[in-house]
Amino acid sequence: MTSLSTALYRRPWLTLLMLLAPPLVYLLVFYVAPLGVLLINSFWRLDDFTGQVVPEFTLQNYLALFQPANLEIFLRTAGMAAAVTIACAIISFPLAYYIARYASPRWKGLLYLAVLLPLWSSYLIRVYAWKLILAKEGIVSWFFNTLGLGGLLDAFLSLPGIGGPSLSFSSIGVFLVFVYVWLPYMILPVQAAMERVPRSLLEASGDLGAKPNATFRHVTLPLAVPGVIAGSIFTFSLTLGDFVVPTVLGNSSFYIGQAVLTFQGSSGNIPLAAAFTVVPMVVMILYLLGAKRMGALEAL
Amino acid sequence: MTSTAVHFDHVSRHFGDVRAVDDVTFDILDGEFFTMLGPSGSGKTTCLRLVAGFDQPTAGRILLHDQDVSKRPPYERDVNTVFQDYALFPHMNVGDNVAYGLMIKKVPKPERAQRVLEMLDLVQLSGFEHRKPSQLSGGQRQRVALARALINHPRVLLLDEPLGALDLKLRQQMQTELKAIQKKVGITFIFVTHDQEEALTMSDRIAVFNRGKVEQIGAPEDMYERPATAFVAGFLGTSNLLSGEVARALTGSPDPVAIRPEKLRVLGAGEAAPDGWRYAPGTIRDVVYLGMYKRYLVDVQTGGDVIVIEQNLDSRAHPRSAQVTLAWHPEHMRKLASA
Repeated sequence: MTSLSTALYRRPWLTLLMLLAPPLVYLLVFYVAPLGVLLINSFWRLDDFTGQVVPEFTLQNYLALFQPANLEIFLRTAGMAAAVTIACAIISFPLAYYIARYASPRWKGLLYLAVLLPLWSSYLIRVYAWKLILAKEGIVSWFFNTLGLGGLLDAFLSLPGIGGPSLSFSSIGVFLVFVYVWLPYMILPVQAAMERVPRSLLEASGDLGAKPNATFRHVTLPLAVPGVIAGSIFTFSLTLGDFVVPTVLGNSSFYIGQAVLTFQGSSGNIPLAAAFTVVPMVVMILYLLGAKRMGALEAL
Repeated sequence: MTSTAVHFDHVSRHFGDVRAVDDVTFDILDGEFFTMLGPSGSGKTTCLRLVAGFDQPTAGRILLHDQDVSKRPPYERDVNTVFQDYALFPHMNVGDNVAYGLMIKKVPKPERAQRVLEMLDLVQLSGFEHRKPSQLSGGQRQRVALARALINHPRVLLLDEPLGALDLKLRQQMQTELKAIQKKVGITFIFVTHDQEEALTMSDRIAVFNRGKVEQIGAPEDMYERPATAFVAGFLGTSNLLSGEVARALTGSPDPVAIRPEKLRVLGAGEAAPDGWRYAPGTIRDVVYLGMYKRYLVDVQTGGDVIVIEQNLDSRAHPRSAQVTLAWHPEHMRKLASA
C-alpha cells in the first residue's frame, strides 16, 4: 500500500492519467467516435434501387438539403428556435430580475424550486399533458368558450402558417409547449448573471444622476446580456434538435428532428439523415463561437 | 468658506434593534476635507450613505447647503461618491465610465469628450480612455472612480474607504494626491476611513465615531493633543489611560486622565525634572529597542504602569529593574470625560 502511494506521489502524471482515463475513454467512444461516424456517413449515398448504403464519397446529400422542401424544414425549425428563444428571454427577464434583486432568501428558495420543479417530472409526460390542455376538448378551449371568446380562438387558429384545427395541432401549440419546456434553462443563467452585478454598480449609476429606468437601460440590461445569450444556447439548440414536441403537437409540417427520424427510420436513408444532422450542429458551433466572443460562456 | 455644506440634524439610522447611527448632530463646512474615522460598525459608512441618498434616516434631517434632502433619491442630490470597491461599470471603457454622469445629463458629445480628457489628465491617466476597467491595476481603477465622480463638479464628494484595497506605498502616494486634488478643485471632501494615520495626514477636521455616536470633532492636532474621551485617546494613536486610585496618586483626583507615551520622560538617578513639571518614582519593567526610538514599560510606585516612548537621541538606555523618575508637564496629562 505504502509503495503504491509513494509510486503515485513520485509520478503525478500517473495519478492524473488514472483519474482522467475513464471519462476520456467514455467521451471518445460514446461522443467523439459517433460524431465522426455521423460525419463520414453524411458523405456516403443510398443506392435508390437496392436501398443499400454505398460507401463512396459524394456531396449529393448536402446538395439535397437545398431542395425547397428541405430548406423549408430548416427555416421552419430555425424560425421556431428563434421565436422560442426570444419568448423565453422576454418571459424570464422579469422573473430572474425579481429573484436576483428583490426576493428575500426564503422567497428565492421557493422561486428556485418553482422554476426547477417541472424538470423533476418526465419531459414526455409534460408534453402529453400539454396535448390534453391544448386539445379541442381541453381546458384552454373550454376557458375561451365559457367566456364566449371561442370565436376569437378559432379566428386565431385560422391564421395561415401558424394555425391549425386546434391548439394541439398547430404551430402555435408547438411554440407554447417549447417555451414551457425550455423556460427554466433561460431563467437560471439570466438570474445568475444578474446576481453577479454588485449592488454598488446600481448605486453608482444613481449617484451619477441616472434615474432607475436609465440605470436599468445602461447598467442592468447590458450586464444581463451574457446571461441571456447563455440561456439562448440552451433554448435554441434544444428546440433545434427536438422531435417530440412537433410530433405530439404539430400538424403535418416537419421539423429537423422529425426529418432525421423519418430518413433514417422509415426510409433508411442514413446518409441523408446524417447530412441533415450536421446542419444544426454547424449552426450551434457558429452560435457558440459568437457567444464565446461576447463572454456569455462565463455566465453559464 | 465658512458656510455649511452638510448638516446632520439629530440623525438616526436603526436597522431593527441595531442603532447604526444614534442621534448625531454636526456640521461639515464648505470646502473642507472632513474625515469620518472609526472602527467598523461605528456608523461612519452609514452616515456617508445617508448623505449620498442610498439610505434614508430613521429620524432626523440631513441638509445639503441648507436644503433638506433626507427624502431625496441619490440622483437628485448634488453629491458624488467614490466607492470602496470602485464600482466601475465593467462593460464600459474608462472614457465611458468617466463620461457616465455627463451622458445621463445629455451633455453634447464633443464637450463630454473634452471634459473626460481634462479629468483623466487631473488623475494622471491620460491615454487610458479606451481601456476596460479589468485591464487596470487597483490604483488606476481608484483614479478612474475619482475622475468619474469629479467630472460632475459635485459640491460634495463622498469617499468610502477608497484607499483600503491599495498596498501601503500606493496608499501613501494616493493620500498626498487626494489632498492635492481636493485643494485644486476646492470641493468639500467627506472621507470615511478606519485608518487613524490616514485621517491625521489628510484631514482639515476629523470626526471620531464610536457605536453610532460622534465622540469628538476637531482638527487633527486638537484631536491628538486634546482627546475628549478615553475612546478618542485610545483610537487616535496610543495613550496611557489612568483612572481611579492610580490617577489620584498622580493628579490628586480619581477622574480619568490620558497621557501620550512620548510626552512622558524617564529620568535616571541624579537627573532633575524641569521646572513646573510633575514627577513620580517608578521601576523599569521592560525596554524594547525599536531603532528610531525605545519603548519603556514602567511600573509606577503608587500603582499601575505606563508606556513611555523615547527618541534615540543618544545610545544610553535605562536597564531593566532600574529605579527611575517619571516626569511630565501637567498640561499633557489630559482630563477625559468619564465614559
